[in-house]
Amino acid sequence: MSQIPVLIPTVLLLAALISLLAGLVNRRAGYATALIGVVLTLGLSLTGLVHIWMGGEPIRYALGNWLPPIGIEFVFDALAAYMVAIIMFVGTLVFIYAPRSLALEAPGKEGLAWPAMVLVLAGLTGMCLTGDLFNLYVFLEIAALAAYALLAIGGGAGAVATFRYLLIGAVGGGFYLIGVAFLYFSAGTLNMAEMAMLLPELSQSRAVQAAGVFMVAGLAIKMALFPFHFWLPDVYTHAPSAVAGLIAPVMTKVSAYAIIRLFLDVFPPGFFTEGIPLLAALGWVSAVGILYGSILAIGQQDYRRMLAYSSVGQLGYIGLGVAMANPLGMIGALLHVLNHAFMKGLLFLVGGVVRLRTGRTRIPDFQGVGRKMPWTMGAFTIGALAMVGIPPTAGFFSKWYLLLGAADAQAWTWFAVIIASSLLSAIYFFRMLEMVWRNPETDAAAQEMAPVPEGQTPVSMIGPVAILAVAVMVAGIMNVAIVSALLDRVVAPMAGG
Amino acid sequence: MPDFIQSWAPLLAILVSALGAVAIVATGEKRRNLRETWTIIAAVAKFGLVLSMLPSVLAGNYPEVKLMQLSPGIELALRVDPAGILFALSASFLWILTSFYAFGYMRGTNEKKQTRFFAMLAVCLSATIGICFSANLLTFVLFYEILSVATYPLVIHAGSEKAYRIGRQYLVYAITAGIALVAGIALVAVAQGAGSAEGLAAGALDFTGGGFLSPDLSMGMLWTIFICFFIGFGVKAGVMPLHSWLPNAMIAPTPVSALLHAVAVVKAGVFGFVRLVGYTFGPDLTGAMGAAAMLAAFAGVTILLASAIAMTKDDLKARLAYSTVGHLSYIVLGVALLAPHAILGAAFHMVTHAAMKITLFFCAGAIYVHTHKKKVSQLDGIGRQMPLTLFAFGVGAVGLAGVPLVGGFVSKWYLAQGAIDAGSVVFLVFLLLSGLLNAAYLLPIVVRAFFRSSPEHTRFDEASPLMVVPIVVTMLLAILLGVWPDGIFRFFTLSEMIVESVTGTAITALGGS
Repeated sequence: MSQIPVLIPTVLLLAALISLLAGLVNRRAGYATALIGVVLTLGLSLTGLVHIWMGGEPIRYALGNWLPPIGIEFVFDALAAYMVAIIMFVGTLVFIYAPRSLALEAPGKEGLAWPAMVLVLAGLTGMCLTGDLFNLYVFLEIAALAAYALLAIGGGAGAVATFRYLLIGAVGGGFYLIGVAFLYFSAGTLNMAEMAMLLPELSQSRAVQAAGVFMVAGLAIKMALFPFHFWLPDVYTHAPSAVAGLIAPVMTKVSAYAIIRLFLDVFPPGFFTEGIPLLAALGWVSAVGILYGSILAIGQQDYRRMLAYSSVGQLGYIGLGVAMANPLGMIGALLHVLNHAFMKGLLFLVGGVVRLRTGRTRIPDFQGVGRKMPWTMGAFTIGALAMVGIPPTAGFFSKWYLLLGAADAQAWTWFAVIIASSLLSAIYFFRMLEMVWRNPETDAAAQEMAPVPEGQTPVSMIGPVAILAVAVMVAGIMNVAIVSALLDRVVAPMAGG
Repeated sequence: MPDFIQSWAPLLAILVSALGAVAIVATGEKRRNLRETWTIIAAVAKFGLVLSMLPSVLAGNYPEVKLMQLSPGIELALRVDPAGILFALSASFLWILTSFYAFGYMRGTNEKKQTRFFAMLAVCLSATIGICFSANLLTFVLFYEILSVATYPLVIHAGSEKAYRIGRQYLVYAITAGIALVAGIALVAVAQGAGSAEGLAAGALDFTGGGFLSPDLSMGMLWTIFICFFIGFGVKAGVMPLHSWLPNAMIAPTPVSALLHAVAVVKAGVFGFVRLVGYTFGPDLTGAMGAAAMLAAFAGVTILLASAIAMTKDDLKARLAYSTVGHLSYIVLGVALLAPHAILGAAFHMVTHAAMKITLFFCAGAIYVHTHKKKVSQLDGIGRQMPLTLFAFGVGAVGLAGVPLVGGFVSKWYLAQGAIDAGSVVFLVFLLLSGLLNAAYLLPIVVRAFFRSSPEHTRFDEASPLMVVPIVVTMLLAILLGVWPDGIFRFFTLSEMIVESVTGTAITALGGS
């Protein structure tokens, strides 16, 4: 138990290595070893989650028994447990889903894909677990480098799009690193807990203030927050469905996590609101991003591109919730990390199933698909309704908490933005629903499409889709349990301050 | 003070038709008789469950069940009070009749996608009963949104380009209303202390007779909340200028127009106003802040305009739709007048209008299925061919106009008395004028049908008994409500109980029956 914090990324790193080697011998062995590592890690993270859920103390682990200021510390607290569980849950489902999808969309390259996917997971979980600011950067780059490889695996336009992502990602990572360096020179430590104790005295220092700005800006760039989103639509559109289904739900969220961690547990309360209005800036940027992403999503003809623009908007929800600087808004942001991971994961995976069965990716071509693939499209319907925010799906409750937070902060413009964005997402998702459930046999308005080839959706693909659809409902209905067991503890520093 | 008794009946009453929907889908088109059986079982069971709670509600013991927390401090809670059971009884009883009618209608017109149709209708009824029994605002909006979404497939049932276009318009209205409502509720929650360190107190958003909202809130906040709710409920209740989706939604099959767009969905909006004025703001605060006057003004204008527009419509269902718009605002007006008798009339009108208007829609549907006539101008002499149907139509028409011995007279009488009590002569005039207009746009249809002759309609040839029998039953219901208002399901007593819980004044209009 006490080693869970460090075991999670370690097992994944080892699995990546073994999978690469095993893949050289036998392609199936490469997948099998990677899958074992992922499932093992899921078990570890769930064990830890249960411990924290039951009210257990955070687990701290000093790497190599070098105690913190000197050594690197790994911390499994409520926030880390929450994030890691989301990452591993979605990651495992995508892993089960991936083989059939990759065989179609990136044939012959699966051998490299498995270790890269595991590395992404290792980097992301490591970011959430480390208690060290520099180590966070290391994991951030591990995740990013592996993600570049994965996203480019589809070749062609995907590779070009990924190159743009690489450039902007390097800038974001560099900004963060500059901030860390400033902090290190000012405080003389890299450990988050120690830093939190030292910073209140230093918070007037220009270097520390600059560090805060650089770090948040860098992470906002990594998070693809408007206006640093421009790489995202191309990348998500051209990546294989399974890869998009892994990157879109969790990758950007972990950068959001890092901002939340800095805000809650590293910088002193009020640092981002009083001295420099960084949170206000984050909020306004997010608000514009929400509207921008939602409006552009309406105009898209390609399903994946629509989802990508929708993601730009949805990431803004998270930024907006953080910027409200009150517990309700923060809970809304954190819940939306979970809800959006499930919803977007679900929708991208559905897109992959449709592509596999029919070869279609354009929205007008989705006409009548519901009739042929009722289960897949039933799951899609749940995901779409959740994105619109219809109760009792998860999406309703993140919207609900964000509205509460905005009202509590008396941020009426942001309140209005959330309302407007719900309406906008209703437009593009109900348009999809209308298309999907049109039936050429009975509806005069439905045009005859090429018939959907007969066949069965593989269980390895429909299974994860179904589980995510159920998860979207359960996460909504169970939101109070999640809030009271985990998130109330996460936001405790705000309620006290 | 009423007592609350723990009971699972409200939950079962909601779930039974959702389960019915699952059974309907699982059975499918191939075994349609079995599928239809599921509908009937669900409808009868639902009505039985609702009815079983009536005695205890009348005795002042309100069944209640708390399931889980929806949001910190806010439970998913169901509670059956007089207002809830009044609406639930009328909706669930009429669903049974509508089901039989729909079998006749859907088979008569050879509609496609019947499985989807009956399944979504069952889901809509689940959501409606959920709205009736919601104990607090958040539970309410949960079912309200489900109802909005579940109605959509029924609106686009025809599958034509026009149907999809109307479906989109319907969604724009319904989703806007839903998010406005959610926003309003979020504001109420924060006003009640959701953002404070202690969080919301238990039951802080529970509907409470006489209202629970603090009058200490700023005027701006009170008005913002009220406007949010006004949009949220006004769309479904068809208050002008938020009404225009409703006449268009008549493109749905007639059983949907009859049950959902004359009873369940639109009454959910009206019921929302009852919950808003009577149980959230409370009559005192609504009156003091001036919102009641605004609401009454909107409703009054709607009553007159809708009646006037109805006269211009040649399409029978469109005419009935505008008539619905007008009559829904009768109820809103009654609530907004705040006087005990006005609220009594409003509550009772929810029932009487349901009975009368569903009769009229049933008749319109029967005429369409049997003769393919949709327009008023085509109905010359049709009374000779379908005398029962047209007689029932006549009863509904005079009832809506407010002629004694039909239910509409009773509710309108109390509405008028309430307008006098409230000192609003203007609205009294509006009510009387609208009664005349009602007669002017409905009675000519009856006159035309019986006193003009047409070579087409010479011999007796009624629609299928599956349709005619429900028509006759709803017609008798409308008459019974007029001659013995408390005779069926104690609707009048329930209305009196609503008045007492909202205003604190006990009125025994029928001599304490």
